[in-house]
Order: sequence, then structure tokens, then C-alpha cells
Amino acid sequence: MRLILPIGILVVWAVAALLGPSLPLAPNQIDLPQILEGPTLLQPLGTDDLGRPVLDRLIVGSRTSFLVATGVVALSLVLGVAVGGIAGYAGGWLDMVTVRLIDVFLAFPGILLAIALAAVLGPGLGNLIIALSAVGWVGFARLTRAQILSLRGRDHVLAARALAVPPHRILIRHLLPLAAAPLVVEATFGIASVVVAEAGLSFLGLGIQPPAASWGSMIRDGVAYMLVSPHLVLAPGLALLLVVLAVNLAGDGLRDWLDVRASRS
Amino acid sequence: MLRLVAVRLSAMLLVMLGACTLVFLLIHLVPGDPVDAMLGETARAADRAALRAAMGLDAPLWQQYLDYLGGLTQLDLGDSLREQRPVASILAERLPPTLLLAAASLMLALTIAIPLGVLAARHQHRLLDRLAMGFSLLGVAVPNFWLGPLLILVFSLWLGWTPVSGMQQPTSLILPAITLGTSLAAVLARMVRNSVLEVLGDDYIRTARAKGLSEGAVVRRHALRNAWLPVLTLVGLQLGALLSGAVITETVFAWPGVGSLMVEAIQARDFPVVQGTVLLIAALYVLVNTATDLAYAAIDPRVSLR
Repeated sequence: MRLILPIGILVVWAVAALLGPSLPLAPNQIDLPQILEGPTLLQPLGTDDLGRPVLDRLIVGSRTSFLVATGVVALSLVLGVAVGGIAGYAGGWLDMVTVRLIDVFLAFPGILLAIALAAVLGPGLGNLIIALSAVGWVGFARLTRAQILSLRGRDHVLAARALAVPPHRILIRHLLPLAAAPLVVEATFGIASVVVAEAGLSFLGLGIQPPAASWGSMIRDGVAYMLVSPHLVLAPGLALLLVVLAVNLAGDGLRDWLDVRASRS
Repeated sequence: MLRLVAVRLSAMLLVMLGACTLVFLLIHLVPGDPVDAMLGETARAADRAALRAAMGLDAPLWQQYLDYLGGLTQLDLGDSLREQRPVASILAERLPPTLLLAAASLMLALTIAIPLGVLAARHQHRLLDRLAMGFSLLGVAVPNFWLGPLLILVFSLWLGWTPVSGMQQPTSLILPAITLGTSLAAVLARMVRNSVLEVLGDDYIRTARAKGLSEGAVVRRHALRNAWLPVLTLVGLQLGALLSGAVITETVFAWPGVGSLMVEAIQARDFPVVQGTVLLIAALYVLVNTATDLAYAAIDPRVSLR
């Protein structure tokens, strides 16, 4: 029952993101007589400093955050599971090198490395996804490796090995399904952090470039007009807050439901 | 203990070497030429070649790598392209404000989180607990690049209590510290609550209660001491989030620290400075984590010497 509201918010987010292009929106329509208007019947969220409708830009921005979040989490998950799974199952020097590599990546706190990478790669949607995935895979790799290490001694794995099942098949068919639950929970929380990271990079001017819209760049552009039109900052920020809250609540629910012991304390 | 220190320190050095290598590879191997990025695509070939030679980019990669590592051992991070002076001296100027901000945020987070977490634990499942955990949920979710502008709007523009930005007055510290400290306070409050709850179920707490100690004394003198340990570890880990959060918070408030320096340098395409700030923040983070590990072992005799 408690999850109805969060899931509702996430559905609205996804629908706005996916249906956005087929809606009659005018996110880049500059209308200079109408700049910095407050909310009206015609423009429910008012207009920005170029007279563009804030609601339309918010919907287009939801597409940016949704595409980046799903793209980055999917890419990080595939990469992280592959690296962590192979290292954990193979063991030996391969595992040792991987652990050292993970340690090196973890030496960069938070999105620092993504900021640096985005700065070197240059702005844009594709580079944004690459930069965030380059940071995101580490958590999945570490979790997968830990799971595989604890599972690889199980009887059914030994049986499969005795039957000369090839390693990649053991990994994919016999080990990963058992490691899936914590990975799914981790991926859910990952969506929240990528949404914030994308908006943060766009806020710094390293993400989506104008005139395309991101909630982060909307906040950045709105800050200059905060005193006259606070709605420019309030609207995208509230959208961001709601999505992150909803993802976190859904993640908590999923964790309880899948009965995963808290891996992130 | 001595062996633990040696093991931890050598692991730290190895990680730092790896981090320096990663940053080097990042700048040198990622498609996109720093010279192109700095001069723009319309630059003349002669200018490019000149800048390339000035930055040592015409040497073979391994030579550049060795020069770079050699420089690092003498704290030589190259010269800023924009300001024409050593990166290290710019970093030295920008570091104190960041440390001040981080320390203030950490203090603020602890003064909020510990009472809040203890209160929540003592009123488990009741209104106070729900309120505290509601705050925690919200505090984790609110992005600092939104909280910062909101605080400026309310306290600087509407109420006029604090300066909008900069570091001229002592009150300038308040809003950035709240912005940066809120999410940390939220994470820590939850941790303190869980940690106190876990300890409160132990036998020695029952003994303390049985001998007639007041509930306050039980919590303060007995429960909190043991509840501290996991909180301490988390503080060390979260300091990384604090340092990377400082990049955005300092930019919002024009706080003259390492974080805003990094963003300025990125916008000016001043790559030696970008590289210096990234390395400095990573080094601080690794240092703090190693120190936390060692402090943990010093405080808790049960930590085994692996």
C-alpha cells in the first residue's frame, strides 16, 4: 500500500519521458513578450527568461533524466556484472587485478571522476552516459564479485563443474540468477543517484547543452532570476526531489520484498 | 598494530599510484585532444605544435608518464595555463576554504544527527521516530544544487540574514555548511538510530538498567560508546561524498575552494589545474579513509589485525 504513491510518481516520470516527443510541446519556442510569467491557465508552470513554457521544458527534461538514468544503469550493470562475475569466478591473478582496479576507481569520491571525464570528453547526451557509466560500473562489479565468491562453492556449481559445463555457462546459468536479487536492488538505488548526478553535471554546464532541457540546467538558468520568478528553480527541483524520493522508497520496498540484507548502510 | 599501519599505508600508496595513473590516462588517452580543446578547432597548426611542445605532449607516452610521476613526487603539478603559475601554489590557496567548509558541514551534521538518531531510537516506531526518519529520507533525496539556491532565496534574498555568496563575512559560512551538511546529517541520523537500537538490545545494557541507572545515563555512558564505531566508519566514507558535494556547493555559493576552482578550470579548459584538483580531492579522500581505518583499529580492540 505504501508503495502506491512512489510507483505512481515513477510511472508519471516514465510516461512523460517516453510520450514526450509525441506530445504537442513547444519547449524551445521563444516568446519574448511573455518572459518570466508566473503560472497561468494557459501556462500552468509559467514561462522562463526567454518566454519558453516551463511545463513543456520540464517534460522534455524528464526524458533527458529518464534516458540517462536507464542508459547509465543498464550499461553499468552489464559492465559491472561481467567484470565482477568473471573476476569472482576465475579467481587468481585476474581477480587480484580487478580488485586493485576497483580500489583505484573508489579512490575518487562520488561523481568527481564523472565530472573530470565529462570535462575531458566534452558535453552531450552520449558523453554524459559514458562518463557516468565509467563511474557506475564499479559498484556493480564489487557487489557481483562478492556474491559470486560466496556462491561458487555451492553443491550445484560443483556438480556443474564435474559435468564439464563450460565456465561461462556456469556463470550465466548457475551463478548469476542467484546473485540477481541484490543486484536488482542496487540498480534501483543506482537510478536515484544517476538522476541526481545527471542533473548535477548539467547544473555545472557539463551535461545537456542548450537549447535541450535537463532539470539540472533548468535550475542553473533559473538561479539568476530567482528573486523575480522562483518557479524557474522550484519546478525542476521539485520534480527532481519527487523522482529521487520515489526511487528510494521503491528501492526500500523492493529490498524488503526480495529480502536482501542491507548492503548499503 | 604496527603491522596494520604498514599494511594500510602501503595499500594507500598503491591506490594513490593507481589513481594518478588513471587521471593521466584520462587526460591523454580519451579521444579529443587537450590542445584542440584549449585552442579551438580553428587554431593554426604552428600554434598547436608550439603548445604541444610546451606541454610536453610531443614526447612518447611513457616518457610523459614518467615525467608526470617524477613531478608528482616533488609536488610539481605543472603550471596553470590561465594564470601562468604553479598549480600547486593555486591549490594551496584554495585548500583552506574547502577544509573549513568541510569541517563546518561535518560538525553541523554530527550535532544534528547524533541527538536526532538517539531520540529516534528511544522513541522507536513512534511519532518522533517517524518525523526523524522522514527528515532523513528527505535530506538524502534533496540535491545540494537545489537546496543551496533555495536557502539563498529564503535567508539571503527574502530575510536578508546572510550574504548571498563569497567568503567575506563569518556568516558567509552558514548557508554553504547547511547545504553540504544536510545530506550527511540525514545519512548519519539513520545510522546512529540503527546503531543505538542494535546496542540497546545487548545484555550489558540490561545490566546497566537493572542496576538502576537512569535511561539517560544508560544511553550516554553505555550505549553511545559502542554505537559510535559504525558511525565513525560511515563518517569516513561519507567524507568522500562531502568532498565531491563541495564541487557543486562551492560553485553555488562562489566559495573560493578547491571545488569551485575545479569548475572554473574546466570552463577555462585549464587542464593542468583540473588534473591537480582531481588528484588533490582523491588524495584527501584516500588519506581520510586510511586514517579512519586506523582510528577504528585504535579505538576498538576487537578489530582483528588482518
